[in-house]
Amino acid sequence: MKDFNYHSAKDSKEASKLASSSSAFLAGGMTTIPSMKLGLATYKDLIDIKNIKKLSGIKVSGKSVTIGAATKHVEVSNSKDVKKAIPSLSSLAEGIGDPQVRNRGTIGGSIANNDPSADYPSACIALNATIHTNERKIEAAKFFKGMFETALKKGELIEAIEFQIPEKSSYQKHPNPASRYAIVGVYVAKHKGDVNVAVTGAKSCVYNDKEMSKALTGNFSSSSIDGMDLDSSEMNSDMHASADFRASLVVTQAKKAVDAC
Amino acid sequence: MASLVGSRVERKEDKRFLTGKGRYTADINLANQTYAIFVRSPHARAYIKKLNIDKALKSSGVVSILTGKEIADDKIGGLIAGWAIRSEDGTEMKCPGNPPLAKDNVNFVGDPVAVVIAESLAEAKEAAEKVEVDYKVLKAVTSTADAMNGDTIHEGIDKNLCFDWLLGDRQKVKEAFDKADKVISIDIINNRLIPNAMEPRACVADYNAASEEITLYTTSQNPHLSRLIMSAFGNVAPEHKLRVVAPDVGGGFGSKINVYNEDIVCSWAAKKINRAIKWVAERSESFLTDIHGRDHVTHAELAVTKDGKFLGFKNETIANLGAYARVFGTVTPTYLFGPCATGVYEIPAAYTNVKAVYTNTAPVDAYRGAGRPEATYTIERLVEKASMELGIDKTELRIKNFPTAFPFKQTLVHTVDSGDYVAGMEKAKQMADYKGFEARRKESEAKGKLRGIGVTSYFEACGIAPSAAVMSLGCGVGLWESAEVRFNPTGQVTVYTGSHSHGQSHQTTFAQIAADELGVPIENIDIVHGDTDKGTFGMGTYGSRSLAVGGIAIVNACKKIVEKGKRVTAKMLEANPEDVEFKDGEFIVSKSNKKKTIGEVAFACYLPGVRDEMKSPLPEGDEPGLKETSFYDPSNFSFPAGTHIAEVEIDPETGHVKLEKYTACDDFGRIINPMVVEGQVHGGLAQGIGQALYENAEYDETGQLMTGSYMDYTMPRADNFPEFNIGYTCTHATTNPLGVKGCGEAGAIAAPPTVMNAVIDALGGQEVTMPATAEKVWKACKNLKKSNAKAA
Ligand SMILES: Cc1cc2nc3c(=O)[nH]c(=O)nc-3n(C[C@H](O)[C@H](O)[C@H](O)COP(=O)(O)OP(=O)(O)OC[C@H]3O[C@@H](n4cnc5c(N)ncnc54)[C@H](O)[C@@H]3O)c2cc1C
Repeated sequence: MKDFNYHSAKDSKEASKLASSSSAFLAGGMTTIPSMKLGLATYKDLIDIKNIKKLSGIKVSGKSVTIGAATKHVEVSNSKDVKKAIPSLSSLAEGIGDPQVRNRGTIGGSIANNDPSADYPSACIALNATIHTNERKIEAAKFFKGMFETALKKGELIEAIEFQIPEKSSYQKHPNPASRYAIVGVYVAKHKGDVNVAVTGAKSCVYNDKEMSKALTGNFSSSSIDGMDLDSSEMNSDMHASADFRASLVVTQAKKAVDAC
Repeated sequence: MASLVGSRVERKEDKRFLTGKGRYTADINLANQTYAIFVRSPHARAYIKKLNIDKALKSSGVVSILTGKEIADDKIGGLIAGWAIRSEDGTEMKCPGNPPLAKDNVNFVGDPVAVVIAESLAEAKEAAEKVEVDYKVLKAVTSTADAMNGDTIHEGIDKNLCFDWLLGDRQKVKEAFDKADKVISIDIINNRLIPNAMEPRACVADYNAASEEITLYTTSQNPHLSRLIMSAFGNVAPEHKLRVVAPDVGGGFGSKINVYNEDIVCSWAAKKINRAIKWVAERSESFLTDIHGRDHVTHAELAVTKDGKFLGFKNETIANLGAYARVFGTVTPTYLFGPCATGVYEIPAAYTNVKAVYTNTAPVDAYRGAGRPEATYTIERLVEKASMELGIDKTELRIKNFPTAFPFKQTLVHTVDSGDYVAGMEKAKQMADYKGFEARRKESEAKGKLRGIGVTSYFEACGIAPSAAVMSLGCGVGLWESAEVRFNPTGQVTVYTGSHSHGQSHQTTFAQIAADELGVPIENIDIVHGDTDKGTFGMGTYGSRSLAVGGIAIVNACKKIVEKGKRVTAKMLEANPEDVEFKDGEFIVSKSNKKKTIGEVAFACYLPGVRDEMKSPLPEGDEPGLKETSFYDPSNFSFPAGTHIAEVEIDPETGHVKLEKYTACDDFGRIINPMVVEGQVHGGLAQGIGQALYENAEYDETGQLMTGSYMDYTMPRADNFPEFNIGYTCTHATTNPLGVKGCGEAGAIAAPPTVMNAVIDALGGQEVTMPATAEKVWKACKNLKKSNAKAA
């Protein structure tokens, strides 16, 4: 790993002031540090945001659950409040990677990174999340732009993620057996009025499957999407799963999610 | 005194390991040491046009940069194949040179071309990036099946063929097949695996200019063997000027048998720069350059009568050696494979033909089970298929062809001294509730799932030894083992063994054996291994040979101690040596109450005199001291055997295979420590199940390793396994005094076919290749649905 300068920011203001074109925020470091070790990324400055008190913690109101960006996966999975308000969100967190990753990785880091097979982005889409940054509020639907690409500007810091509490929801992941990231993960959330079917792992970026959402909004039963033949032309294909297999898994996992709701 | 052999003695090594006090090679830091980084080929096959180190030499902290040219100029030898194999046509195998640093050609991604030595690791890395290598990239050969049709990798080695070997009699087999009612045939792939020891390879080399001695600390399963190879073939230093130490080693599974490029280069370079050099592999280097395992493509046939008697067996295999033939690279797909391919069955006629090919991939060598997993997979997949095609219950068909009398002269090479295969099968069936399977299948069906059951009966030839036998078959060394038992004057015992322990618990089991033999408390016995300066010699740990060969050497050395003790006691107590008996640590003169403890005898041996008297306790001809050595060379291999049964449940919608039940009923002969044996079985099963369901080393057509990290190479984890159901039938080996057979590899040998037979059973007989990943199984489920629909 190449040498870098380590900074620990006291607050959001200091963090964004320290940011430059050759810096990165350091949350759990579960993505940043391995990429630096492998020489895939080099930064002059790492700005540690873990000591910014405001960025950690979980708040539940009547309608929403708000999670600080630097909150660790393990904290989300163990939170009684989250378990009560949105149980599927806590079980999603429990299924991320392994204990070591969950003990360091953060929700903000996960969504800022926007890995096409990460779990949290699907929760953001399914649960109509609002991403609070130090500058503005961004709707989840407008946040995830493409593979490893988000609406964040350089130096913009995610402070919290606010999830809408659904009537019912479930997240079903078919994990990559090696990394345990999602080969396909489907987050189904039934809100008053409509149903979101957020899919991760299948394409270059998380998306809301309109066809299934529509069918399930009409009739919230797995039979209404059974046998659906999804277009696989834009789906990922790699040594772990072909596009056709992913297309099939999207429907299967969605059905499982509906059944589990 | 109660016997310790057979009891669950807690592991002496655990305290050290569990409190972080193990001392591994990477923990060793020497004064003034430097750090090495190897510059490796990014190409699978290329010609080195130019190698320029000028810029790198100017990089900060660089001490030295050495390349293939220097190592060739210094006449340092290359890596070798330890076993000479002859082809069917009588010609000797063809092996290319394998210099420790490539000079002209590189032959796999990771092949080292230069070493950069610097004051710090960071500086070595930075300088290594500045080494400029101009490669002419050549077309790589990567496919096992097609290797013979690819470009010639090594000059003069036609068709990339190392050897084309035959074991057995083709004519006899043809006659048997002519008489058959039915021929069952199968095409299988034994997938390539990466051993993945928890501790990556490492070495620290030091040179003492005063004594002109090189010391190499390295992650080895066999330090003496490494010294021998480095000295005799590597020309690094004469044996008396080369000390090899393998301290705590964190797993090997065969991958640490070989002397590697880095061992030779660092030892040679340490002398050249007159400073210590440390190298520790990064995990990505381990993936690329540790030896890999398996990688066979096989077509096999079984000739049967309609009532299920086996008549003949054919096995045509292509084995991938990778880029170079290494220590056990050539014997693994031949003598460790062919003789076991007829399994636990009486098959009157059989042959195995193996074509070993070179490819532009990492060298393939012995990995847990080495050849026997491949053999067992071949015969047991075939037998299972026969049971389906003949409509005979899979356990009945096996029993029908088991030998009933022992010694059992197995078809091709081995004479199995002992066993009871029927008893093993019956016990396994009971443990697995084989009878209840149909009911469980129906339950799964009701949930929309497919359930399958798979059986494997295996035997293996381990305790790899008899020197005369192995050397007659081409082995470059004798595979005996040595032990030295030394009493201190005050009565504690140090046992030196040539069997290295890197997870096998020798410190405990070997101490149990010595404690029983000598009647000394186990706390007073130390087991020492892993340092060429400490013991006489050792052939090392592999092929489940530690106990059956190394353990017996300890027994024999202890017996010599007892013999001397009897003579000394007789002299001290003025009795006849024949009248002295030894029991529980005491030498007793029979029919008297006169006795001496072994501690008193040891004391007398070291202090052989008395004040005011000219009197020695030593009989004439006996020298002072109490230390004995044994070099034990067994008369035969040992032959563990058993039956394993697995049950899987498949979700046809996702292709997910869940291993529901796993039963292992093994015959390891006498068991020294049941807890240690369970650990060995668990580990072996994990690796075997890993091969069947998860692990796969995959290269693309250009020779890049696609599974070069844990993000893509699936290591099985605890949550992938059910609780293992383990049991034993113990028929003692008749060929060694302890009656032991060996247990280290059985799990890895039996599990792959057991699990795959269950998967394929669930899939209605459709073949899938290992690993049975979700997508493969999902496709098979779709086919099954289609064909079921057609049938309906
Ligand atoms: C072995 C392994 C397995 C994994 N398995 C899974 C899995 O199954 N599912 C899954 O979803 N993920 C998985 N991950 C990823 C894991 O969830 C990480 O936690 C996540 O990718 C990054 O979070 P982090 O806190 O470690 O971020 P870091 O590595 O510290 O940062 C990642 C990126 O996000 C930026 N960043 C961090 N915080 C903020 C912020 N508040 N505002 C703006 N930018 C920010 C950083 O600048 C950096 O560019 C795995 C990781 C590993 C190493």
